Amino acid sequence: MIGIVNYGLGNLRSVAGAVQRVGYDPRISSDPGELARADKLILPGVGAFGDGMRLLRESGLADALSELVLEKGRPVLGICLGFQLLAKTSCEFGEHEGLGWIDADVLRLEPGGGLRLPHVGWNDLERLAPCPLFDGVPEKALFYYVHSYHVRCNVPDIAVGACEYGRRFTSVIRRDNIYGTQFHPEKSQQAGLRMLLNFLERG
Amino acid sequence: MLSKRIIPCLDVRNGRLTKGVRFEGNVDIGDPVETARMYYEQGADEIVFYDITASHEGRGIFLDVVERVAEQIFIPFSVGGGISTVADMRAALMAGAEKVSVNSGAVKNPDIISEGAAAFGAQCVVLGMDVKQVEKSEAIPSGYEVVIHGGRKYMGMDAIEWAKTAEALGAGEICLNSIDADGTKDGYELTLTRMVSEAVSIPVIASGGAGSPEHMYDALTEGKASAALIASIVHYGEYTIPQIKKYINDRGCKMRMVW
Repeated sequence: MIGIVNYGLGNLRSVAGAVQRVGYDPRISSDPGELARADKLILPGVGAFGDGMRLLRESGLADALSELVLEKGRPVLGICLGFQLLAKTSCEFGEHEGLGWIDADVLRLEPGGGLRLPHVGWNDLERLAPCPLFDGVPEKALFYYVHSYHVRCNVPDIAVGACEYGRRFTSVIRRDNIYGTQFHPEKSQQAGLRMLLNFLERG
Repeated sequence: MLSKRIIPCLDVRNGRLTKGVRFEGNVDIGDPVETARMYYEQGADEIVFYDITASHEGRGIFLDVVERVAEQIFIPFSVGGGISTVADMRAALMAGAEKVSVNSGAVKNPDIISEGAAAFGAQCVVLGMDVKQVEKSEAIPSGYEVVIHGGRKYMGMDAIEWAKTAEALGAGEICLNSIDADGTKDGYELTLTRMVSEAVSIPVIASGGAGSPEHMYDALTEGKASAALIASIVHYGEYTIPQIKKYINDRGCKMRMVW
């Protein structure tokens, strides 16, 4: 069973649909006990960082998930805001503390050059280092991004994928059992579904 | 490099795909879920569903369509039509849509944009704008006025000012529909598209008037739009999405090709 963390933000139905499509059994849940029984966890998320962290803390999910992921080594995939929440801090509408599972900070994407924000649409994924998520995914495949903030890694070796939008930013990270994508694999057609399958099979 | 997007728009009435919000006498042209899946497989970058049902009962049927789409289509899609409260937005998002589009609801109550952006994030809130060309005046210095009810009601608001206001309130994108061009198949209203694209720094989706792939190319280059909305040109099989994308890509405007 794949636990999809429901903390009140995010397009859970799309993620659950994609997990089902690639042959796994999704369970949308906000119950720490139920999530503890999941083989793998997905932390989705759409919306603002501050709200996301507040909801994770108030529900007790932040502590429960930290124990599952950091102490028990449960594989987790953070998507979009769910990826950003893995970081230590964010400057989105004030200073916020994140889950702090990866040594990174969330900063506003300042593309410059007249480029529009939010960064919305299909863009590249440049591979910086091998990662199980990339298996069988064509090099040229594009992924669906929608965000105004990005994750800046303080330790370069966890960044395994990048994207260019006025500036280069980290779009995929991996640290042991912790994975994160800035784009939405569940919204990136075949390439995204393959990446999700890779996480579920070998993440 | 970010690709430009091609977005088919599906009008839904009582759970069925229908032709045209702005045309009298709607014609049933198929099942929205099946049609959306076909466009998804053909490489549409995003899909827009527009609910043109007036009744409360129809609303439930529409949300059921959205739920079925979310289970089958793994690209983003947005939902519009009749959204006037944060609760309406939440219902659409919970049904599986990525974005919601507010149009006349935002004209009447602009705060819905900021409330929606605060609750769900700016990227969720698309401002839909229907615009008609009028004589330039003190109230409408650009010569483009915001209208509602399919162009039957003039709102006394300048389209460029409204676009800037919506951006300031937190809209994540603008879907700009020219009522003058809509249904003509003579091409998008390029002057308007360019004016709005240059006035804001959020993405602008051009809408109304697509009759050929060349029109879309023009909107994405000369019109400076980030995306082009299409409807009848693909609904009636004149062109397929791969044909359209190949044409635009071959002319040097990057498109996402499906592998």
